[in-house]
Amino acid sequence: MAAISKNAVAGLLQIGVHIGALLPLLWLFYAINAGRLGGDPVVELIHYLGMGTIRLLLLTLLVSPLAKSLRFGQLNRLRRPLGLWCFVWASLHFSAWLALDLGLDWSLIGEELVKRTYILLGFTCWLILLALAITSIPALLRKMGKNWKKLHGLLYVAVLLACWHFWWSVKSGWIEPAIYLVVALLLLLWRKNSVIRWMKSFGRSH
Amino acid sequence: LNFSPQQPAPDLILTPEAKVTNHNNFYEFGTGKTDPAQNSQGLKTEPWTLTVEGEVEKPGTVDVWKLMHDIGLEERIYRMRCVEAWSMVIPWVGFELGKFLARFQPTSRAKFVAFQTLYDPEQMPGQRNRYIGGGVDYPYVEGLRMDEAMHPLTILSVGLYGKTLPPQNGAPIRLVVPWKYGFKGIKSIVKIKLVEKMPPTSWNKLAPNEYGFYANVNPNVDHPRWSQASERFIGPGGVFAVKRQPTLPFNGYGEEVASLYKNMDLRKFY
Repeated sequence: MAAISKNAVAGLLQIGVHIGALLPLLWLFYAINAGRLGGDPVVELIHYLGMGTIRLLLLTLLVSPLAKSLRFGQLNRLRRPLGLWCFVWASLHFSAWLALDLGLDWSLIGEELVKRTYILLGFTCWLILLALAITSIPALLRKMGKNWKKLHGLLYVAVLLACWHFWWSVKSGWIEPAIYLVVALLLLLWRKNSVIRWMKSFGRSH
Repeated sequence: LNFSPQQPAPDLILTPEAKVTNHNNFYEFGTGKTDPAQNSQGLKTEPWTLTVEGEVEKPGTVDVWKLMHDIGLEERIYRMRCVEAWSMVIPWVGFELGKFLARFQPTSRAKFVAFQTLYDPEQMPGQRNRYIGGGVDYPYVEGLRMDEAMHPLTILSVGLYGKTLPPQNGAPIRLVVPWKYGFKGIKSIVKIKLVEKMPPTSWNKLAPNEYGFYANVNPNVDHPRWSQASERFIGPGGVFAVKRQPTLPFNGYGEEVASLYKNMDLRKFY
């Protein structure tokens, strides 16, 4: 009985994740059309999508240790939708920058990627999320076996890159990015055994 | 305001008034772009006095609202380039700083001009709280070399779009130096001091490797973390109307001001 209701709760939470990740995007769509994004709407849009991505990343990192400490294994079902939504938000963030800020001027984009270190950090983070999104197809998961876990441990790196990217992108006021970084580090600390196991898995394979 | 209007140059499109007054950096009222418009409306700008002191023969304090009526105001339509790589075109109303300073008779020892914003933590939440104020060491201070201050393009502005300045744009009196990054345009000024040595400036104190004393707009000298080669022009229209344009040396005022820096390495003196 308890198992059934836990399943139901996990199912509801899963729906909650979809709604929670989608609603702000609908709001954003409305805000764009209603001119609600202020004087420099492109930057506002990019920041909104970027902040959303970081929050989703932190939420994704919260799932496993929470499932473990609550003895609520079904909670792990949230990891896949959360992770995929991270990728969606990050991709929107990245495309808004490419298309609206830089106007798809590819030579400028190349130049900025090299010149602005914080953009290179964000781009690397997006590449990681891209790899994780592609390999989240169930068939690939089975095919990859142990390597899948190794690859998906890169989420730890992605979260830190995202926080670092945020830190370097602000003109001043390190307090807000510092809060996100501290939360990320605390979440990693909470699951330090998994992180250590993941790092060691690279040693073992040789 | 009473002023002589100026026709905009044919290649300039004005940034709409609502954007000029709702997209501001005035960290005393918060670091978000719309924070100043939201949090500064209670700023008491009347009465307001401005003190000029230091290396002058005749130091003094002027009533800014009286000054507005008798100094003779003119409109100046200037490009404004923020160090964050966005830009506007703004119709300011004001007067030349140089003409104003001449009234106080600068001495031969006056080599620099130091400016200071109002320090009033009760009215300015950013001065009470580091988190709101972006970590700037208040009061906000800025400076110019004497020849920059005396240049006819440098103005003290008291209005925009024909009206007195709203608080978020630096009411009642602020500096505008069109060939420099926007942060040089110190707002809500209470004190001007003529000095012998280069004065400290707020952004330079906060991050000396990122913001120099000169802060001349220069597409060839990048900010350490981002490129300054181009800028997003904030004009009429929404998200999809935003245009990126190349940044011009000295923000397009090179003909008038490049000679001020002719023997200087602008990479070193950024």
